Amino acid sequence: MKQMGKLAWALWFGYAFLYVPIALLIFYSFNESRLVTVWGGFSTKWYAELLQNDQLLGAAWLSLKVAAMSATASVVLGTVAGLALARFGRFRGRTLFGGMITAPLVMPEVITGLSLLLLFVALEQAIGWPDGRGMTTITIAHTTFTMAYVAVIIQSRLVSLDESLEEAAMDLGARPAKVFFVITLPIIAPAIVSGWLLAFTLSLDDVVVASFVSGPGSTTLPMVIFSSVKFGISPQINALATLMMVVVATGIFIASLVMARQDRQRKRDEQMAVQGG
Amino acid sequence: MAVQPIRKPTRLEPWQDPGQKPYVRIEKVTKTFGDFVAVDEVSLSIYRGEFFALLGGSGSGKTTLLRMLAGFETPTEGKIFIDGVDMAGIPPYERPVNMMFQSYALFPHMSVEQNVAFGLKQDGVAKAEIKERVGAILDLVQLGQFGKRKPHQLSGGQRQRVALARSLVKRPKLLLLDEPLGALDKRLRERTQFELVNIQEKLGVTFIVVTHDQEEAMTMSSRIAVMNHGVIAQTGTPTEIYEYPQSRFVAEFIGSVNMFEGRVVEDQADHVLIRSEDAGCDLYINHAVAVPAGATVGVAVRPEKIALSKEPPVNAAANAAANADGRNVTSGIVREIAYLGDVSIYLVELKTGKTVRVTAPNVVRRTEMPITWDDEVYLSWRPFAGVVLTQ
Amino acid sequence: MIDLLRRIGLWGRGMVVAIPYLWLLLFFLVPFLIVFGISLSEAMLAQPPYAPLIDWLVDEDAGTTKLQILLNLSNYLRLGGDDLYILAYLNSVKIALVTTVCCLLLGYPMAYAIARAEPSKRGPLMMLVILPFWTSFLIRIYAWIGILKANGVVDNLLQWTGLTTEPFELLYSDWAVYIGMTYCYLPFMVLPLYATLEKLDPTLLEAAADLGCRPWKAFLTVTLPLSLPGIIAGSLLVFIPSVGEFVTPELLGGPDTLMIGRVLWNEFFANRDWPVASAVAIALLLFLVVPIMVFQHVQGRQTEAGR
Repeated sequence: MKQMGKLAWALWFGYAFLYVPIALLIFYSFNESRLVTVWGGFSTKWYAELLQNDQLLGAAWLSLKVAAMSATASVVLGTVAGLALARFGRFRGRTLFGGMITAPLVMPEVITGLSLLLLFVALEQAIGWPDGRGMTTITIAHTTFTMAYVAVIIQSRLVSLDESLEEAAMDLGARPAKVFFVITLPIIAPAIVSGWLLAFTLSLDDVVVASFVSGPGSTTLPMVIFSSVKFGISPQINALATLMMVVVATGIFIASLVMARQDRQRKRDEQMAVQGG
Repeated sequence: MAVQPIRKPTRLEPWQDPGQKPYVRIEKVTKTFGDFVAVDEVSLSIYRGEFFALLGGSGSGKTTLLRMLAGFETPTEGKIFIDGVDMAGIPPYERPVNMMFQSYALFPHMSVEQNVAFGLKQDGVAKAEIKERVGAILDLVQLGQFGKRKPHQLSGGQRQRVALARSLVKRPKLLLLDEPLGALDKRLRERTQFELVNIQEKLGVTFIVVTHDQEEAMTMSSRIAVMNHGVIAQTGTPTEIYEYPQSRFVAEFIGSVNMFEGRVVEDQADHVLIRSEDAGCDLYINHAVAVPAGATVGVAVRPEKIALSKEPPVNAAANAAANADGRNVTSGIVREIAYLGDVSIYLVELKTGKTVRVTAPNVVRRTEMPITWDDEVYLSWRPFAGVVLTQ
Repeated sequence: MIDLLRRIGLWGRGMVVAIPYLWLLLFFLVPFLIVFGISLSEAMLAQPPYAPLIDWLVDEDAGTTKLQILLNLSNYLRLGGDDLYILAYLNSVKIALVTTVCCLLLGYPMAYAIARAEPSKRGPLMMLVILPFWTSFLIRIYAWIGILKANGVVDNLLQWTGLTTEPFELLYSDWAVYIGMTYCYLPFMVLPLYATLEKLDPTLLEAAADLGCRPWKAFLTVTLPLSLPGIIAGSLLVFIPSVGEFVTPELLGGPDTLMIGRVLWNEFFANRDWPVASAVAIALLLFLVVPIMVFQHVQGRQTEAGR
């Protein structure tokens, strides 16, 4: 355990690296002074200003809508794709399919953004759809790159799921579609939920792809943040960042509490079963 | 060390009755995965009410054969008939067959009752009837009061019984069991073996069970098919398999055995005489073999059929022909003794250099045993003890 | 009848796969073909701003129509001939490599420490690594601006301790880009590393120790080789997107921090030269094909191993 001491230092250094910037960001969001890094006393005025910034609120609303829609679509598509990869064995074109699923995970965003924009332009020329660029095109673009993440999550969940559960259901007379909805889906539900949340977060976070495929009048929240950050730092962004982090941290905290409790309950049950059996 | 079969012989066994139609007929079934041949031209007939065991090591193809019966794998070649119907193209959910999985495959998100009721629900059985049948089958496996529990709240033995109840509740004519006792500890396994046999006899269902455990197969089944590398090495009752193995593989796979090599010198209608350098004596066996004189054969002698003595064995009248001129008698030095409580295993090095394994019941206490390390002992056996193996 | 049912079953399965399949074909594969096509066309002042590749030429005199396909390699020649592009590519690779090494040096001890912690603590410790990933990428980059800029946290700290008296600015330099990218991509490195290290049987190290191997040597001869798949997966997960990174160099880098993502962005948005932007994208993609394929191979093997 001697070397664990050094390792623990490495670990704490890593955590400090990850969290000190965030902590400072939150700290300065309560700064009275406009100069973000010079402390001018405690104040919440930037939060008040934030709530009156209509452009920002509009962009936030658009981003939330896009994120919710694209997360939902990518969960549907990604679950089906993950199911096909994990359960359908070898089918024609599987290699290409697998490649198209994993490539978006590492594809540089500028390439994804540019290629989708050019597709939309070409489609508009050819068939008149999509008519201009906006919420629809952003949603499609986000669905495309987030479904890869969902598919990978679902695939790895299914790979670790005992296939004989599905076989047992089929053996007892359930047709494949029914097996999926009654057995597979309920069991992988937690993976689907985390896939949705991940897709939602990725969509809410994206600035590059959205910049390519958005049109006039459809500016997402990250685009607004990006353009204002480019001109230097502003306390309002600190306040916004703080709010976003609080929401995310609270959500994750609650989720992990619930999960830890279920886990404990489960362990207790199992122990009782062993003693009682 | 094998447990002797416990089944009571009943009437004429169906596989000996030419008038009986097999319930399951497997005809020259082959299954390949890429280049790997998992099952190689297997043919089998299994009759109504049988408790049939597919016995083999891992990779012997036994589970693949079972999965083809259930419909999870499609035979590459050959046909499977269940109750006279060709199963080709019939999906698992339409077969009159249920399966109990090695992992039990209990649905983790459903209670015990819901798990058991699942199959009946798929068939659209009325609610009241489902309730009644689920209750009855849970009582049968002694889990009546556990209906509301989830699988993770059960012990291993209880889970095993839920899986059994779930696969039996639809009253299948044929039940497939994949290593049904594999996940249980030794004591529970022994108790459950008898329970399984009782339930099978009570319900009259045909059981096909896959197992790698020879004791399990011997205890429970009416017949056993020993599988090796995708091929059936031998099919027969536990007694036949144990007492009359047809090949070295079967002889060595089931229980332990001493193998002597030798040449046939005399082949009569009622006996055969084999000269063996290995054994250091002539081997006299009271059944005929259909091999030319001079052919090299193997003789298998089970360790428990060999008698040990410090004095040369006295020729009892019954053994006179066999033990004349020192037939079936040889001698050596005791090299190792393993005390197992009920029996001891002796490893005796013959003068020829071969080591022979002998099992003897411990009729006296350990400290009073007459035979000990480095004693010179005589080994002898009766004419029916050996089996000639030509393969 | 049975045969029919079976065929319907297979057909239904095919339909199920078809939906995501077609989606990806249309929105992932076809766009690359279009990008490739446009990279071969000529820029012009039009809407959209490039010349069509395929054109029907109507010859009035002869009364015939001719199909004309114009392929234009000049965009690629420009990439090869102009130092700007070559420097941008080289610089992108350099920055991505440095980022990958920094993530590895920082992430490996973290992943190792978490994997060696008590089982009940691993979940929360790992959660702490992933948590920042759930908050906005942009905001995390933004947080560093306040730290690195002149008169920012680092500068103030240095001046207060008296290490410097001059204003000290790290922002708008390659150093800032390294820090920012390491910061953002760290979880991508720790995650696969932890996954392989956690699976590592601790008795292997005990066996090595029992056979007389010192801890440091056991690490080098047992742990490190066995965690290689995680190292490869994590490195590729960091390296590949880093090469095409845009946001971090744009916000933290100086005007001379050339990266290919920035060049592409500027060609597209500032110069409105879509064909050149497309050519830059294709060249970048060609450069990344090998690492992407290695990544898919590793990824595929890991999911297979999970079986």
